[in-house]
Amino acid sequence: MAVRRAIQGIDGPDPLSQLLGDAQYIADDGLATAAYLSLALGKPLLLEGAPGVGKTEAAKAIASVLGRELVRLQCYEGIDAAASMYEWNFPRQMLAIRQAGDDYVNLYDDRFLIARPILQALEAPRDRVLLIDEIDRADHEFEAFLLEFLSDFTLSIPERGTVRAEEPPVVILTSNRTRELHEALRRRCIYHWIGYPSPELEQRIVMMRASTVAEDTARRVVAAVNALRAEPLAKPPGVAETVEWAEAATLLNRGGGSWPRAFARAIGVVLKDQDDLDYIAPRIDALLSESAA
Amino acid sequence: MTPRALAPFLAFPQALRAAGFPATPDRTETFIAAVGLLGPSDMAAIRRAAHAVYGPGPDRQLMFDTVFDHVFLGRSLAAPAPGDPEELPRSYDAGDFEELPVPDEEDPSGGEATAAERLFVRELAAGDEDAVLRAFTRALQSRLPHRRARRMAKGKGRHPDARRAFRQMLRRDGEITRLPTRRRITRQRRVLLLVDVSGSMKSSTEGALRLAHALQQGGERVECFTLGTRLTRVTRALRHRNREQALTLASGLVADWDGGTRLGEALQVFLSVPRFAAHARGALVVILSDGLERGGPEALTGAMERMSALAWSVLWLSPLAADPAYRPQTEAMRAVHPLLDRLGAGDTPTAIAAEILDFRKGARA
Repeated sequence: MAVRRAIQGIDGPDPLSQLLGDAQYIADDGLATAAYLSLALGKPLLLEGAPGVGKTEAAKAIASVLGRELVRLQCYEGIDAAASMYEWNFPRQMLAIRQAGDDYVNLYDDRFLIARPILQALEAPRDRVLLIDEIDRADHEFEAFLLEFLSDFTLSIPERGTVRAEEPPVVILTSNRTRELHEALRRRCIYHWIGYPSPELEQRIVMMRASTVAEDTARRVVAAVNALRAEPLAKPPGVAETVEWAEAATLLNRGGGSWPRAFARAIGVVLKDQDDLDYIAPRIDALLSESAA
Repeated sequence: MTPRALAPFLAFPQALRAAGFPATPDRTETFIAAVGLLGPSDMAAIRRAAHAVYGPGPDRQLMFDTVFDHVFLGRSLAAPAPGDPEELPRSYDAGDFEELPVPDEEDPSGGEATAAERLFVRELAAGDEDAVLRAFTRALQSRLPHRRARRMAKGKGRHPDARRAFRQMLRRDGEITRLPTRRRITRQRRVLLLVDVSGSMKSSTEGALRLAHALQQGGERVECFTLGTRLTRVTRALRHRNREQALTLASGLVADWDGGTRLGEALQVFLSVPRFAAHARGALVVILSDGLERGGPEALTGAMERMSALAWSVLWLSPLAADPAYRPQTEAMRAVHPLLDRLGAGDTPTAIAAEILDFRKGARA
């Protein structure tokens, strides 16, 4: 297997983890290893996890570490090759035929080709990182479309032949696991499951992301969020919500409120579902005082 | 001859395959390359590489680690636990539920099997049921609810089809004689079947699973869960074409047959796992339960409010409702009744099949 060692200045998971930290993203050993292997072996990286654990953020951080532009392809049900790979500009082609008269016109010229994210990534693999976001929202047919691209980094355009990347582009896929992905797709990827971070790690994330938050506040907010995640909620809070809650409570506390009140008043930042709020409301005071202990 | 150091790396995929993981040769090649990159000195790094390459996923990670420890650390292999553990919230410790007696005043009308119900069961010979289920499977494709999808297909529609117009122009010297159009295709809605396997449903759960199998075989996107003292996804087991094998597999997964239940809490847990709740979004949700709730009605009402907001239509099929005189009288059922699109009979597979095929009776516009 060809091993691509030419990732400038990154010669292991630890240096990568360090660089991700510099890009404001704290990666645990598992994620750093998976990301490093994906870059070094030239394979796509598949990140799975509950919503809000930082999958898209990880892709942004990797793009920033590599100094490349992030091209994002948001998947949805019904997404097809025209929206993700390439499309012919038919109106322009029709006009060209009319204008050409008896002259020859190459209708499959670059002028008429609209590059969508996947073709964009293939054309400039050294400048771009492709993020295929929430692949679980797309349907099975689209997964099958992707297989050629993910294994050989080629794209067949019937009118033009095969487009091949000069080097394997960096491709990151994310999935919220609302449905199971096909084994053929998983096989082509390096995989990592991002779970909710450990309290220590989450506290570090809060401190890094929200510079105004005191260490004690970060500890309390992480404890409270972990207690909330243990409850059967419709929308368990993600890491971004933890950071926002810490920031909001700090803001309210500065305005003169006491800590538990500041946390309780800012609860809308962390729970964004009326049923969840109703469910937690009777217990919020006990939950916050336990977390403060 | 294979170098001795390489032996565990080759034994590992074999052990993984034996444990049911799809360890293909290309993955093994990637795994060995990955270990070469990371340096094979550190066992934790090898484990991380194995996780990254074989990607066991959170529910099978424990089993994967056990196989890893067996091959690389020489630890003995523990027997696998029945069924995959699901990622349920920590507070859901339903295994410890006490079986509470149902208070007398909550005994619903129709709570006992009526004469009509017994008669119906006797009438139904196994051969008839098979025929009914086969007909049900065949009818599903055309009778299950459909919705308009994002994808387009050629045909009479409102959207001009530029690609085909262009091809026509090429053939006809740049002229378009008739504007080709595209139309939105329709797709079958997801169907989510939740089967209550608690003690009070004992007589109908087996039939319900036979029906679930028929539904799985005929429908396009069908998900099936059992609810009891725990939540079990049986979809994959029921995908087996052979009914007997599918039912054996499914019954192996379900560890809480005929146990107690707190339906409300079980449904809340179902809804709090995002990847489960996603099955209910825009779906035809069919709940097979008698609704004899052991806990208070609040949990069930809360869960059903959320379910009804997520789903396209909610159909509640209760064995008790087979009795024409049945009226929801338990506190829980009374609270839930307005949230349902329809409450129907669910005493036999035949009745359930008829209710599902007639889903339109209660569907929202």
